[in-house]
Amino acid sequence: MTTSSPPPPTASETASAPDIPTFAGMQPEHRAIIAGCAREVTLKPGEVLFREGDVADTLYLIRAGTVAIEMFVPTRGTITIETVGAGDVVGWSWLFPPYRLRFDARALSAVTAGAVEASCLRARMAADPELGYDLLFHLAKVLAERLSATRMRLLDVYRNPAQP
Amino acid sequence: MSTGTRPSPEVAATVGPAAGALTPRLFRVAGRAQQTHDTWTLRLVPGDGGAPLVAAPGQFTMLYAFGVGEVPLSVSSGSSGATPLVHTVRAVGAVTEAICAAKPGDALGVRGPFGRGWPLDETLGRDVLLIAGGLGLAPLWPVIQWILRRRDDIGHVSVLVGSRTPADVLYRAELAHLAARPDIQAVVTVDAADPGWDGRVGVVTALLPQARFDPARTVAFSCGPEIMMRLTAQALVDAGVPAHRVHLSMERNMHCGVGHCGRCQLGPLLLCLDGPVCDYDRLGPLLRIREL
Repeated sequence: MTTSSPPPPTASETASAPDIPTFAGMQPEHRAIIAGCAREVTLKPGEVLFREGDVADTLYLIRAGTVAIEMFVPTRGTITIETVGAGDVVGWSWLFPPYRLRFDARALSAVTAGAVEASCLRARMAADPELGYDLLFHLAKVLAERLSATRMRLLDVYRNPAQP
Repeated sequence: MSTGTRPSPEVAATVGPAAGALTPRLFRVAGRAQQTHDTWTLRLVPGDGGAPLVAAPGQFTMLYAFGVGEVPLSVSSGSSGATPLVHTVRAVGAVTEAICAAKPGDALGVRGPFGRGWPLDETLGRDVLLIAGGLGLAPLWPVIQWILRRRDDIGHVSVLVGSRTPADVLYRAELAHLAARPDIQAVVTVDAADPGWDGRVGVVTALLPQARFDPARTVAFSCGPEIMMRLTAQALVDAGVPAHRVHLSMERNMHCGVGHCGRCQLGPLLLCLDGPVCDYDRLGPLLRIREL
């Protein structure tokens, strides 16, 4: 496990509104609250968003570019588990104690994202259950789609039936 | 474009199968290129002094390894009679192993072409999504070549390719060339990456949100494992693409190729005549019936 933390992404002065497709259908006032907790970040290709073991303190809303979710496997090296692109979200370990990241995330291309501060979001969700439900509903959709996609990959549909 | 119109039963009973449909023609291997560890592309030319075989993209032939057996294979070549017949074949059994092992000059038998191909004319004036899984890229390759020749007449074009691993990706050099074009979006994703792979990882349907298309004016062609096509078609319909504009290349146990033996039956369809390319409007209800 890598324990060193990467430098934080560069933050611009503009906070970002969560207008990505993942949050389509969310109540406008809730989107505004999330935007209030967010800042705009840009990452260069190869730049690290976070590493396994780091404190999970950010939800990333990917506006442009591609991010690889990775894990370092001894004797094999760094393996990409999944990639996510524009309109998707990265990071939900901030939702559950002990708020510890379980994978690495790295920009494969130039990435623009909204970086939502997790402590801000958790405090607003605790104070406003309607916001909490709305946000968790939309994040649960993402989780369900990722789980479904993972199950598809487990089926190994492209394998050569002649080979074990 | 519609190819291989199915004759009425009365007409079929009267005229029988087209001449040569049941007797293999002699072809010889003119070239052979290894695509992956288990997949080869063969270029075939007539060895009987006859005319080149003209097959429409999406049609299939029955390829015969003499003394071993015969298998249905989608064509990977364009519809121009001037080009050799091209098949990309994966060695999955005795017959395909024999075909993949054929060297330049070796003889193979060919029957066909059979079936209905991709409705290419539907792409004109529309956005196009080509979604391939694994070996399913091979039957779509002539569609890409056709689109490149008619590029100005077609809207956005996205080629989304799913593969098991980076080593299993077909036509790698050609795909890289395609991805470099500004007028085509070509993206490859793999189910399982290895160190050094810097491309996309995940199922091919996960690429759809990044594809450029207007659902209402989109036509989609997909070929790959049936479960992958079923989920892809449903995702496209959910996104607003009309079901009759989603075309899938189906695979069943084609045998005679002329609608007599019935081994390729899928409900009311005989895929050697009514397919292999069918639209999801017809296929959707059939694909929900298990073991059909």
